[in-house]
Amino acid sequence: MSDLLNLAEQTLSLARSDEQAEVYVSRGTETEVRVYGGEVEHLVSASSSGVGIRVVLPTSDGFRTGFAWAGSLEAGVVAETFEAARQNAAFATPDPDGALPASDGHPRATMPPPSDSFARTPTERKIALAKALEAAVRSGDPRIRQVDSADYADGWGESAIASTAGIRAYDEDAGSFISVSAVAGEAEDTQTGSGYSVARSFDELDLEASAKDAIERSTRMLGARKIDSQTTTVVFDPRVTASLLAIISSALSGEAIVKGRSMFADRLGERVAVEGFSLVDDPTNPLAYGSSAVDGEGLACRPTTLMSDGVLSAFVFDTLSGRRASMPSTGSALRGYSSTPGPGCQAVSLLGGQLEPEAILATVGKGLYVHSISGVHSGVSTISGDFSVGAEGLVIRDGALAEPVREITVASTLQRMLLAITAIGNDLTYLPGMATGQTMAVAEIAISGN
Amino acid sequence: MPLVSPELCELVLAEALLTGGEFAEIYAEDRNNASAVLDDHRVEELSSGRSRGAGIRVVSAETTGFAHTADLSEAGLLAAARAASAVASSSRGASKGIALSGTVDLPEATPSVDRAKVVEMLQRVDEHARSQGSAITQSQVGVADGYRRFIVANSDGLLASDHQTRTRFNVTCIATGDTGMQTGYETIARTEGYEILSDEAVSAVAKEAARRALVKLDARPAPSGELAVVLAGGSGGILFHEACGHGLEADHIVKDTSVYAGKVGQRVASELVTLVDDGTVAGEWGHFAIDDEGMPAARNVLIENGILTDYMWDGLRARRAGRRSSGNGRRQSYQHLPMVRMTNTYLLAGNATAEEIIADTDYGVYVAKLGGGQVNTATGDFVFGTSEAYLIEHGRITAPLRDANLIGNGPEILQRIDAVANDFAMTPGTCGKDGQSVPVGCGQATLRLTGVTIGGTAS
Repeated sequence: MSDLLNLAEQTLSLARSDEQAEVYVSRGTETEVRVYGGEVEHLVSASSSGVGIRVVLPTSDGFRTGFAWAGSLEAGVVAETFEAARQNAAFATPDPDGALPASDGHPRATMPPPSDSFARTPTERKIALAKALEAAVRSGDPRIRQVDSADYADGWGESAIASTAGIRAYDEDAGSFISVSAVAGEAEDTQTGSGYSVARSFDELDLEASAKDAIERSTRMLGARKIDSQTTTVVFDPRVTASLLAIISSALSGEAIVKGRSMFADRLGERVAVEGFSLVDDPTNPLAYGSSAVDGEGLACRPTTLMSDGVLSAFVFDTLSGRRASMPSTGSALRGYSSTPGPGCQAVSLLGGQLEPEAILATVGKGLYVHSISGVHSGVSTISGDFSVGAEGLVIRDGALAEPVREITVASTLQRMLLAITAIGNDLTYLPGMATGQTMAVAEIAISGN
Repeated sequence: MPLVSPELCELVLAEALLTGGEFAEIYAEDRNNASAVLDDHRVEELSSGRSRGAGIRVVSAETTGFAHTADLSEAGLLAAARAASAVASSSRGASKGIALSGTVDLPEATPSVDRAKVVEMLQRVDEHARSQGSAITQSQVGVADGYRRFIVANSDGLLASDHQTRTRFNVTCIATGDTGMQTGYETIARTEGYEILSDEAVSAVAKEAARRALVKLDARPAPSGELAVVLAGGSGGILFHEACGHGLEADHIVKDTSVYAGKVGQRVASELVTLVDDGTVAGEWGHFAIDDEGMPAARNVLIENGILTDYMWDGLRARRAGRRSSGNGRRQSYQHLPMVRMTNTYLLAGNATAEEIIADTDYGVYVAKLGGGQVNTATGDFVFGTSEAYLIEHGRITAPLRDANLIGNGPEILQRIDAVANDFAMTPGTCGKDGQSVPVGCGQATLRLTGVTIGGTAS
């Protein structure tokens, strides 16, 4: 641990007396195996490192910030990077809020140490796991025609931050995932489905669940057809709900709020979702895959209640966006070495889901179950709230899943959807990315098809 | 001076083959990036970045081993070669001499940009964008340039080098009205230097971004159901990129996970469709002299008058198929394995005029600008989003529509192109595949699709 933090700290000595500086350094290793047709298609073993430096020049009108980064921790490169950041600072607009972050004294949560199981596990076992995953899918159902890829990946990383404003922080993380993508076929019909598992230690990876998911999602789509355009209740599966929560959370970033780029700007304290909808960002929850103890500015991560019983209760801020909003940082700065920090959620969950997924289907009676969406980047705006995405799934008839559906879109606005949620499931699942998954039903969604 | 001397490349390649691999490659690059963003009235941040390193891959039977390092010393490269070659360690190979032929010709200096001028330009453009209407409530102006030098050498004896400059400029405006906020975005991106950003060019981008946001304040919800769609020339040839481009990449073909596998020589599109992927178009966003495996860029006809003529190939898939790479081996950086990627993908222009096509459409949607898209190559189902669209009623463009996705099936949509105009134009984009992003160009003239499902909320 100490040598990386030492490196960050020593680099601060390059700062002149009239400069503020922040040095972020990170390094990591990763292993990636892809299996195809019973053979290793590729095996990647990699290590990388980098440095990102902010130099801040105080002036009478405010603070000028310059940034530079490099994919190396060599002393010469780090010094060059410092100089580049300094030169960049001279051209920035002075900002009264632009002083470097200082510690707010918030206590750091105690998190379990990262597993060393990935380093201890020989590469052969990782390869064997990916091969077994592919074999399980290929042999799991006679309608599986092809397995596009079966992957294993793990990574370990550490980062340290030191600044002239007194910040000293170090963090370390490790994790892994397996994923498999299946192609099912019957006669001329071809459908796809994927399965995956994420884990913080090697032995927690769930091969059986991943294989089962890929098989079920691909085979149950066989025979899928377009349905008629209609307005109906849509039940989103946990993976899709997690994407929706991630989109909604991105509109709660303090930067989007202070820059007038969010549909939630100026709506604090108002009802934005149905009663019973409570959304929390808690990076200190060790079960969440986005969890961490410190943020990208070295402040302690902490839980933030974003929506409470349908009422918008908070945004997430880093230091700069917080100052602009006259709010404290919520310890929500996200960054890598090649970018400056910006606020964002890390570990969002819906609280209080009560219903079994089957009970939700039974209550809905008639509608559409969506297990996959596409075109999120092109069809969803957190500024206007417009929502239009491609979807695949199954018809809900008589309270149960019926025939498969493809090549349709589901559309509404995010604002309307939040107020039209009719049920939240109790099937909370921790997924990769920033949000957990749960079954969720939303009424009055426009389906475009025939 | 080369990033890695030819002699050291030979040494590293020989080391990489010691464990019995059949093919080894070293790719070394040095990238300099710079960017500046003016947001919310402030030049918030000028950033510059440097990334330098080498990726080494070793192919042994069906398996590729890959390792990368930021350490370009002999010791660092040999260590990476040994890590990459571990995949072949079951069989013990003999020491092979590698003799490279080719020359390395790389400039030493990095082009420099006058930052003071950049900042002044950003401020001018921001004012211009905001002056387009009092409803413009926010503007962001960004400029980024990247300079990359690389060499690639492989155990077949290839030694090649290239350097590229890319410059991108974009403006995003937000307009606020009674119905909420709308965004407008416009960009210029070229495989050229900063000189592309003339005063006229950047002002036009600002005006267009602001106009797009303002127009949508009056937009009504897009219709739903299957309708005729007219795509404006240069609205973003993303349609072809998604509807068939990805499905024509050889990595999907050899795994039989593309709807276009086994269809060379067959009719896959309307006879109005001649689709080309062409890395040689100078200046376009997907242009280069050699690809990231050292193959010269090429113009490859993929579909000719509706008949599938060929797929796109990288070195690895071509090698296994016993043919030549089509110059489509690309990678995001030295830290990534190359794979089959598009370059500039475009549909050749037709004979109609845009006016004729619109006048001949009784009811449908006119898409002036497309957003992004996504495809499932195995099923051919794809989506693409609109970022400026209008209703067509009785042959005339009428009301603006709110953004929506369109969904279709590639092989079906390609049959439904019934008119192509003569107003060809290209647009830049970023293509993501398997976690890697590369710059690409897309091009097409105004064309009509007889039926596409539009994901709006209006009936």
